[in-house]
Amino acid sequence: MSADETPEKISIVLPSSLSAYHDFVQGLLERLQTLGWSDKVLFGIHMALEESISNAIRHGNKEDPNKSVSVECELSPKRFWVQVCDEGEGYDPDQVPDCTSPENLERPGGRGLELIRHYMTHVDHSHCGRCVVMEKLLGDDEN
Amino acid sequence: MSNLSRIEVSDSASVSVVRFQDQKIIDPEAIQELGQELFDLVERDDRKKIVLNFATVEFLSSAALGKLITFEKKAKRNETKLILTNISPEIFQVFAITNLDKLFTIKDTEADALAVL
Repeated sequence: MSADETPEKISIVLPSSLSAYHDFVQGLLERLQTLGWSDKVLFGIHMALEESISNAIRHGNKEDPNKSVSVECELSPKRFWVQVCDEGEGYDPDQVPDCTSPENLERPGGRGLELIRHYMTHVDHSHCGRCVVMEKLLGDDEN
Repeated sequence: MSNLSRIEVSDSASVSVVRFQDQKIIDPEAIQELGQELFDLVERDDRKKIVLNFATVEFLSSAALGKLITFEKKAKRNETKLILTNISPEIFQVFAITNLDKLFTIKDTEADALAVL
């Protein structure tokens, strides 16, 4: 990575409230837009941020006001990296039912993870599922 | 119909056409209200033909999708015909990724839906 592509780093600790993170997400998207990211790609990043942070609050921290969600990001013109960690008990993402199989279409759950996996280039889980690490790399055919 | 804050409903012959007030359907309270207003259309008002016009919708979360799935179940139980229309390419992709384009009947335009209802 050349000197002019040194990523901008942003960190924040969010409360476990499903109404308290949208301004932060909007700010990130606006910052990425100024770095040249297209609306089409930002739609997918918006989805990944929305689903990962809401999952951390709803399923990880179970909306416990004594717990928080920490978010770390690295922003650059061709790469967006983000880690979202909660203070819950963790989970095994491989045990989440496949929401796209016919028998699960009407069941709740699993769609957020499916959307994250679709829109981001790499998705990993760590700390027993308490953290999700996502990376979006712009290919030559995007943006 | 009164006190609707998340949807607008207009009646065209025997069909109820629903438009969404929010461009981004992500706020949990808004999703809760949206769900109740939709559920009332079938459970309280017993409407039998409904078109959900997504023309105004630019973004929706999986929580909103969950509410739409519950609405589809209630509509089916009430023998209400439900068609989704005017879905942008970005939103349609969300339905396609989650295979919900197989669960819902989707038409390009309101006119296409009215033609088959």
